[in-house]
Amino acid sequence: MSFVLLAEQVLNGLQLGVMLFLMSAGLTLIFGVMGLINLAHGSLYMIGAFAAASIAGLTGSFILALLAALTGAAIAGGIVEMVVIRRLYRRDHLDQVLATFALILIFSEGTRWVFGSFPLYLDIPTYLQGPVFLPGGIQYPLYRITLILIGLVVAFALWLMIAKTRIGIQIRAGENDREMIAALGIDISKLYTIVFALGASLAGLAGALVGAIQSVEVGMGEPVLILAFVVIVIGGIGSIKGAMVGSILVGLTDTLGGVFLPQILQLFMDISTANNVGSSIASMAIYILMGGVLIWRPTGLYGSRP
Amino acid sequence: MISERLINIILIGLLVIIPAWAYLADEPFTITLMTRAVIFALAAVGLNLALGVGGFVSFGHAAFFGLGGYVMGILAWHAQSYTPFLELPFLIEGTQSMPVIWVIAVILSALLALVIGVVSLKTTGVYFIMITLAFAQMMYYFSISWSAYGGEDGLSIYVRNSFPGLNTLDPIQFYSICFIILMAVLALMARLVKSPYGLALNAARQSPKRVEAVGLDLHQLQLLAFVISGAITGLAGALFADLNRFVSPNMFSWQLSGEFIVFIIIGGVGRLFGPVIGALVFVGLEHFLGEINDYWHIYLGLILLLIVLFSKTGVMGLLVKKEAHHG
Repeated sequence: MSFVLLAEQVLNGLQLGVMLFLMSAGLTLIFGVMGLINLAHGSLYMIGAFAAASIAGLTGSFILALLAALTGAAIAGGIVEMVVIRRLYRRDHLDQVLATFALILIFSEGTRWVFGSFPLYLDIPTYLQGPVFLPGGIQYPLYRITLILIGLVVAFALWLMIAKTRIGIQIRAGENDREMIAALGIDISKLYTIVFALGASLAGLAGALVGAIQSVEVGMGEPVLILAFVVIVIGGIGSIKGAMVGSILVGLTDTLGGVFLPQILQLFMDISTANNVGSSIASMAIYILMGGVLIWRPTGLYGSRP
Repeated sequence: MISERLINIILIGLLVIIPAWAYLADEPFTITLMTRAVIFALAAVGLNLALGVGGFVSFGHAAFFGLGGYVMGILAWHAQSYTPFLELPFLIEGTQSMPVIWVIAVILSALLALVIGVVSLKTTGVYFIMITLAFAQMMYYFSISWSAYGGEDGLSIYVRNSFPGLNTLDPIQFYSICFIILMAVLALMARLVKSPYGLALNAARQSPKRVEAVGLDLHQLQLLAFVISGAITGLAGALFADLNRFVSPNMFSWQLSGEFIVFIIIGGVGRLFGPVIGALVFVGLEHFLGEINDYWHIYLGLILLLIVLFSKTGVMGLLVKKEAHHG
């Protein structure tokens, strides 16, 4: 268990963490402001990835592909909000789950219809290929470092927006008292559409960024969606700070567990059993983490106390 | 208006007449479809106790369905490969006897529901939905990573398990087993919701504070409902695995958890026979839309969306036009 291996795995964990943050920030904002549980957030991630892969295929530009992912997902999110989602704010969670479950079916099959069942590929641009050399003799792919940086920049920008801008103040007010901000003359339904489209564009960006290291295919969004749920349950639903902390915790636990649990178990088991048991436990590690956090704090690390 | 009782009788009639017709007309595929519908109905009847009567939306009932499936798969696999399941500290052999498998599936699903329930029922609302979902995902990934039992490929069982005195490979006989189990469980449910316990559980959904104020233990009420609910869905899983003679991690998939909820919603929340209508409609749509178009899930999604947005009562509600009395 060398230092280099450890450092690489920590970076992998961070990379997974910041990508999860892009997903969970939108989810938690949408829940915090509108009180909506959105299962279709994974579909917006997928739409982002498909938009990016199509535009990259047409133009060859990675930057344009990312812009396409952002705008494509935002537009899809805005339309879905206006057509379907806004009818659900006053409904109970069961209706929200079902309606957004129905949206997943529609989006997934619709995408399969248009693009076929074969995965698309989105290439890492040449200027982001190859390794970087970090102090301590660590070699790490430049693209993954870029992902971590983009994630951190977006997180900072999101914090700035929410803490310092007018729309951010409205979002925070919306979390606290919906009736009051409507009474102050703010167009609340416009605000909701903006928040939903913002969350959608973050998910779309994550889909495009991750799409370049995995394949772009139907159903790619749901595993990430469920991880994002784990994140916001750990962090506390509605809390951006919680989403950040939860993302990093989940990213690190998942990555480090998968690598090191089998190795630790090898100390007192034979190698094949240790690998088997280790990988089985590692696949459950984040859920065990979630269970532990909930027993300690039933509303998550930064959730509001009931 | 038709009474709910009449609809229930008509439904039971359909469940008898359609397979009987299929048997006489020599249409084994129709019998298999009906078996599938009956098993799905059983799984959703289990969920309905938690969701409809108890009022907590479990989005992770595939955990129990899959566990039941794996109980069948693992025991039958050991029996067909003549290897013991466990030698130490005491010998446990595999088995191909359905009743034994059912009992074990019910007990283990109940235990899993107890563990999941103890953690999840500390929370409510959205947290509960997400946590049950996460637990089911945990089982899903666990089954994929456990390579001893097929991992991602699952387990195939060559011969359907046996039931004393019956030839279970004959579609109509296996259907009869599933049908009788469904009827027995529905009868049990009908009694349960009218029992003092069922009434208390119903009250706990409508007004938790009052239930606590009269001195009932809310947590215990709900936990018991969750355990019974999980056990029934686990039994359905064992039957489903036997129907396909195959079990794979897909039985733990979150889509399946979602579909169980869909059955209940299509039929009508909290109605005793709601899940039965829902499962019949779903399997029917799956079959007929699937023949027209490979992308039939789009239509399913649209239908579901329309039901949620514009009709809150499901098929039962449309037919009966009376408030569900939740059981």
